[in-house]
Amino acid sequence: MSNSFSPVLTKRYGIEGSETLAVAEKHGVYTVARRALTEMTPDQLKDEVKKGSIRGRGGAGFPAGVKWGFLNPGPDNQVYLVVNGDESEPGTFKDRTIMVKDPHRLLEGCLIACKAIGAHKCWIYVRGELAHAIKVLDKAIAEARAKGYIGATPFGTDYPIDIYTHSGAGAYICGEETALLNSLEGRRGEPRLKPPFPAIKGVFDQPTIVNNIETIAQVPDIIEMGGDAWAAMSRLGPADGGSRLYGISGHVKRPGVYEAPVGITMRQLIDEYGGGMLNDERPLKGVIPGGSSTPVLRPDRLVDAPAEDHPLHAWHGKSEIDVPMGVETYRALGTMLGTCCAIVMDTSVNMVDVARNLMRFYGHESCGQCTPCREGSGWLVDLLDHMAEGKGKDTDTQLLADVANNMMGNTICAFAEGTAMPMLGLIRQFTDEFTEAAKNGTGAGRMDDSALALIGAAP
Amino acid sequence: MAFQLSPEQTREADEIIARYPTKRAACLPLLWLCQRQTGWTNDEVIAFVAEKLELSTAAVKGVVTFYTMFHEKKVAPNVVWVCRTLSCELRGAKAVQEHMEKRFGCSAGGTSTDGKFTLLKAECLAACGQAPMIQVNDDYYEDLTIEKLDAVLDQIAAKTPEGK
Repeated sequence: MSNSFSPVLTKRYGIEGSETLAVAEKHGVYTVARRALTEMTPDQLKDEVKKGSIRGRGGAGFPAGVKWGFLNPGPDNQVYLVVNGDESEPGTFKDRTIMVKDPHRLLEGCLIACKAIGAHKCWIYVRGELAHAIKVLDKAIAEARAKGYIGATPFGTDYPIDIYTHSGAGAYICGEETALLNSLEGRRGEPRLKPPFPAIKGVFDQPTIVNNIETIAQVPDIIEMGGDAWAAMSRLGPADGGSRLYGISGHVKRPGVYEAPVGITMRQLIDEYGGGMLNDERPLKGVIPGGSSTPVLRPDRLVDAPAEDHPLHAWHGKSEIDVPMGVETYRALGTMLGTCCAIVMDTSVNMVDVARNLMRFYGHESCGQCTPCREGSGWLVDLLDHMAEGKGKDTDTQLLADVANNMMGNTICAFAEGTAMPMLGLIRQFTDEFTEAAKNGTGAGRMDDSALALIGAAP
Repeated sequence: MAFQLSPEQTREADEIIARYPTKRAACLPLLWLCQRQTGWTNDEVIAFVAEKLELSTAAVKGVVTFYTMFHEKKVAPNVVWVCRTLSCELRGAKAVQEHMEKRFGCSAGGTSTDGKFTLLKAECLAACGQAPMIQVNDDYYEDLTIEKLDAVLDQIAAKTPEGK
């Protein structure tokens, strides 16, 4: 692991009782909110967050400080803060650690963000499956309310702030911010047409800022350290600042959530944090870098950036997994950093089976509003089922790509892109495997060969 | 028979409604509250929530059918969700499901022969680093082995009364 870096966001994770107010407060939680609410102006707070250049941690990587700047409420408007804890992107499991292990730091972030954007009410929307995390948060809210940190006069100020949790009920699409707002309003979680963007017209028709759990939980660190110092933790310079949570799952020895500076490489994440490949005889075949919507990388594919002005020129000729993980570097690589939670796959895996598994997910989760997405995701599943079962035709790979391409750009929200991009990425990176599956199928379709001994199941 | 909340839950419901600028926004929390009492979201529950929030039953039904966690059919006292999405699948989720199907004597979507468990397949439950995993009611059971899985299910079965 990196020697020069000591965790910031996760520094209280190992402390027993860190979810209680007494312990959290003993370890510094709420000192920043107290200062922010009693001594700092909203503009000062926004400036620091902007200087921190925190790229939204929910997947899109939009600079949070810039998003806050979109607000322009009228005199009759009520600004709302909504915190997105609908964490559902396959491979992503980082936000729950914050909610369960350091809920008061999250609430502290909510208080500071409310002050910064002029909100008096905040909802933390948590996916329904995480009932345990909701219980922990509700308890933390009750404690903070009893102590006077949340409510009519937080820290003795006349700036009332209320914070509530709101439980989802099982729908991946509610992580999309406008679907989340509909769900919060008591409707079906169907995304809204944009514009208007939530900052102009969000929940209950009022200006709303929607930020990811991790983004909000990092706000106290940014204010505490100062935006510039916080940003400087990043290895990628000022445009993508700070440290962040990295998740790693699949075929590694130590799957889990780790905090590291922005800009470590995928190879470091796998080898140094993830403990290397699960089975020493089965090397890395491909890695989905930041949640299932982000196109797959392969270690034997080299960066092709001979031109000196190419953003990846410094890594020309190196493996894709040796490029630092950042919002811009990964975009230049033809993928996305997404939620920064990687799914690691060894050579036992057939990439057509991977596509089939993921497309089943998307087919199940499409909200059904837009025809290209509803029908397209279903067709992808049908085609992949046929291919995997050995009933494919040699035109099927092209047909998969055509269906995926016809989903892109034709729908209300980015779900269709989130489905088509990994599909196209898998085809691009592993074309031969698709061609082969179209001829002969993928075999049994089991994907857990590497783990059967590990869990004690008969092979 | 018309559905009713207990007096205590009625107070909780009113407190929830007061949090939001519109009554409708309390739709999901109220459905949760009711389902926790009845075990599933039947037509009586839907009618109750609709009346309480001054919505049409169609509007509430539309919400119920959209979300996977509102059970539109009666389920066993213990609902077991087995995550089958990629990270879990790579680490034995299929074997976990197969083992439970054998143990319960039903396939996914069905209820165990002793009536104590309903087994459902889930899409990603956001516990990818602790794969394979299952959710039973409100709780996650993670880093499963077949042995650990059996121990968990034994424990839950022992706590569940017979003859449901």
